[in-house]
Amino acid sequence: MGRTLLSLLEIAGDWGRFAGRAIVEAFRPPFEVRETLRQLFELGCRSTPLIAAAGFAVGVVLSMHTRASLARFGAEALIPAGLAIALVRETGPLTAALLLSGRIGAGIGAELGAMRVTEQIDALEATAVDSFKYLVVTRVIACVIALPILTTLMNFTGMLGGYAAESALTGMPLRTYFNAAFSLIAFSDLIPATAKTMVFGFIIASVASYLGVNTTGGTEGVGRAATKSVVTASILLILANVVLVRIIFFFYPA
Amino acid sequence: MSAAIEGVPAIELRHVTKRFGSRNVLDDLSLAIPAKHGLCLLGRSGTGKSVTLKHIVGLITPDAGEVLVEGEDIGRMSRRQLSRTRQRIGFLFQNAALFDSLSVGDNVAFPLRRHTDGSNAEIVARVRTLLEQVGLERNYDTMPADLSGGMKKRAGLARAMALEPPILLADEPSAGLDPITAAEIDALLIDLKRRLGTTLVVVTHNIPSARAIGDELVFLDDAKILARGSPDLLDRCEHPMVREFMRSGGSG
Repeated sequence: MGRTLLSLLEIAGDWGRFAGRAIVEAFRPPFEVRETLRQLFELGCRSTPLIAAAGFAVGVVLSMHTRASLARFGAEALIPAGLAIALVRETGPLTAALLLSGRIGAGIGAELGAMRVTEQIDALEATAVDSFKYLVVTRVIACVIALPILTTLMNFTGMLGGYAAESALTGMPLRTYFNAAFSLIAFSDLIPATAKTMVFGFIIASVASYLGVNTTGGTEGVGRAATKSVVTASILLILANVVLVRIIFFFYPA
Repeated sequence: MSAAIEGVPAIELRHVTKRFGSRNVLDDLSLAIPAKHGLCLLGRSGTGKSVTLKHIVGLITPDAGEVLVEGEDIGRMSRRQLSRTRQRIGFLFQNAALFDSLSVGDNVAFPLRRHTDGSNAEIVARVRTLLEQVGLERNYDTMPADLSGGMKKRAGLARAMALEPPILLADEPSAGLDPITAAEIDALLIDLKRRLGTTLVVVTHNIPSARAIGDELVFLDDAKILARGSPDLLDRCEHPMVREFMRSGGSG
């Protein structure tokens, strides 16, 4: 038990150094612009269907729950605003991050793991390419940029889902719905909650890269790296969320 | 870094020791390889041949001892110096290690795009020449996953040769190839040495290859050098394992 804890702490410390190096290297030239853009496309653009569809479905469900709660108090007029606040403040960022830790985390863990066991990372180094900059920093930057954008997309399709659910029930026009939805939303609801997903992006990419690059044990190891990436990134970002929400409330008291 | 200086070995290992866990992979290994020389590393599997090659490009750092390339200790180089040294060394990995995400042509073009200022047309032309040399001229757009093992090897060799490095390290360049292609690869390596004066370090199990390429053969066994010398000298070696290797003629 003690030994497990110790080795866990050792891995955590090792990851911490790795993540810190990623931040430092991100600001040190030369920059791998092309590869970063490619990763932004692979990790970001290719996640849009998943996020858009999931957002819509979450919006529909959230709208039904909001209606059920608010109807008890005769506050149906607040349904769009209630949904918008719930979505933008927490549901959107966290759902998007968890979905992406599945898609992106597993992808990075498996790809870098496979590159490690087939010596492609060594081949990069032997070709005089800094593999850390080329593989890790590019993915970390791409994720930090992609997460807030994808979260915003999820917020948007979530609102559309909410509107679809409402208009099916009450025939509410689109304009009325969105006016009502945005009436109560403040800067402090939207910006900090969206910005915190940059931290989620950093966690997903750095954890998955760390586990991928340090893969051992052949094909089986690649599978383990992918699984571990998703599990570790998910739990870490849920924990980080607690701290982040606390910080946001400190600066923007309710 | 200047080109090879007369008298300074292209590669020198000084008392290199490396352990993986409790296993000694290299034990106080010293080896100097003169410029424009061909050296073949032989020995049974797991005797540290690949590890020796990886030390030369700094993919593995020794637990003790030094690795010098063109007279400079790569353990003391700055990142920029190491990068420049690595550009002067071509490396063919045992399993080719082609980049999965790039086509064969882009794999070979990769070092050229990273380290030269050539226009795309120039690079593509150079890549086509290289692919022709290894007999893959029709596979420019093939993805590595669709190549056979031998073709991967040849593509890996083309990539290792792309920058015309003065030093070429090859880990079993002809393993898994048919005898005709294997002979072609040998001829290509010998041609590189003659025409461009490339220093070759080749890990091989193939004695005819070793005879053809190597000015010197080095037998590794149990983390140490068991025997070394010209092919003719080793033919007269009394050690049973060396004799068996030299007489086998084929792969060991």
